[in-house]
Amino acid sequence: MRKRTDNPLQQRSVLIATAARVLSQLRHDGRSVALILGAPVLLLGLLSWVLSGQPGVFDEWGALLLGVFPLLLMFVVTSVATLRERSGGTLERLVTMPMSKIDFLGGYGLAFGVAAVLQALIASALTFSVFGLTIAAPVGSVVLIAVLNALLGTSLGLFASAFASTEFQAVQMLPMLLLPQFLLCGIISPTSSMPQLLEWISTVLPMTYSVDAMKQLTIQSEVTGEVWRDIGVLVGFIFAFLAAGASTLKRRTP
Amino acid sequence: MRAAVDVRNLAVLRGGRTVVEGLSFQVQRGQIVGLLGPSGCGKSTLMRALVGVQQNVTGTCEVLGVPAGSASLRRRVSYMTQDASVYINLTVTENLEYFAAVLGVGRDRVCLVLEEVGLQIEKHSLVSDLSGGQRNRVSLAVALLGEPELLVLDEPTVGLDPVLRRDLWAQFRRLASRGVTLLVSSHVMEEASECDRILVMRNGQLIADDGEEQLLARTSTNNITDAFLVLVNLNNAVESVPDA
Repeated sequence: MRKRTDNPLQQRSVLIATAARVLSQLRHDGRSVALILGAPVLLLGLLSWVLSGQPGVFDEWGALLLGVFPLLLMFVVTSVATLRERSGGTLERLVTMPMSKIDFLGGYGLAFGVAAVLQALIASALTFSVFGLTIAAPVGSVVLIAVLNALLGTSLGLFASAFASTEFQAVQMLPMLLLPQFLLCGIISPTSSMPQLLEWISTVLPMTYSVDAMKQLTIQSEVTGEVWRDIGVLVGFIFAFLAAGASTLKRRTP
Repeated sequence: MRAAVDVRNLAVLRGGRTVVEGLSFQVQRGQIVGLLGPSGCGKSTLMRALVGVQQNVTGTCEVLGVPAGSASLRRRVSYMTQDASVYINLTVTENLEYFAAVLGVGRDRVCLVLEEVGLQIEKHSLVSDLSGGQRNRVSLAVALLGEPELLVLDEPTVGLDPVLRRDLWAQFRRLASRGVTLLVSSHVMEEASECDRILVMRNGQLIADDGEEQLLARTSTNNITDAFLVLVNLNNAVESVPDA
């Protein structure tokens, strides 16, 4: 794609136009909006109901899954949406126009970022108010981790879509890329109790850090240094996957 | 002024196979060049090479005086792919306004191109609710948005009714008279009569490069389909003679 030679303001306007366009596409697709905004709420509501017979258990699990569900959902939505762009010919058209990679990925990141933030805010609001999640740390810190997870799902989805050539394959990226992380992130069993090799692997997987942060926040009354470290690592992963996504955008294709 | 298109000894490798081989031709500005040939002959690959999205291209491929795909061409060359590459879950106007923003052209161009492709009535419809031919027109409208110097159009008239097809060719003619160069592919041989010059491709090679009249005269035929058949036979005959 084009090297950015024009003035930066004009460039940013393409990024914003792209974000607005992606959001318009979503707006015309009511089911996707319902899925993005409603599914985490439904799942967390279901979880609180499942655990309603065991006092205190939802407080342990609710926060952890408040992080995981937005990650899974935003991953699926983003990877399928960008795959459509790649396979539908519109990306090929865009690369012949004055558009940079930053405009394209940034536009997607911004649009789905907005959706992700809304999703995490709605899910958090209902989980705390209606489903009665109580945690030790400030509510805002849990909301922040949920938002970061949704953004992580978006950036990972942008990257993963490069390795799928059909929507069918894109959906299969979920069990390939995310479910192993779910097993290794410390929800099923603490990472410290895993075989050494698996513990090492878990340290390079982003979900491990979001689950660790959520665990800390459910038991500590303040945001500890370890939580800040987790937040830093998550932000790093978000940008790393965006950069990796950029490297998969090629002007010339076979 | 430099030629609009200057292709010399162009070859394209795709999937380990040479799909375009030894192509050489120049196109002067303001010409309408028809690229004809059966499906799978390499028309689209050649067009993708000219707009700089094709991998594994060898030989010379210059457009408006610079190598194809150069950054400076992104506003000067426009490309319409074979399948309507527009967003089906946006309305016609939303599509055009987005591409106009990317190209940095005003909204007045959006109204203008809508009129040119005859889509004013459908302008607030979702593209997914339109027919195949209408979708193609949305895609063509996008290609016309930026007032390019070279238009590379891959099968722009597929699925159009005869009236629209005629209007569109008239539109292409107006553009050419302003100095815009058009390279238009088609598998409808009859559209050749609309072009200043015809390139006929088969199996990745150029088997003719001529005006329609000269082509018909040279093959002693009275329509392009027959001329194509004669050319194919000649071509086969040449191929089967070992180093004559």
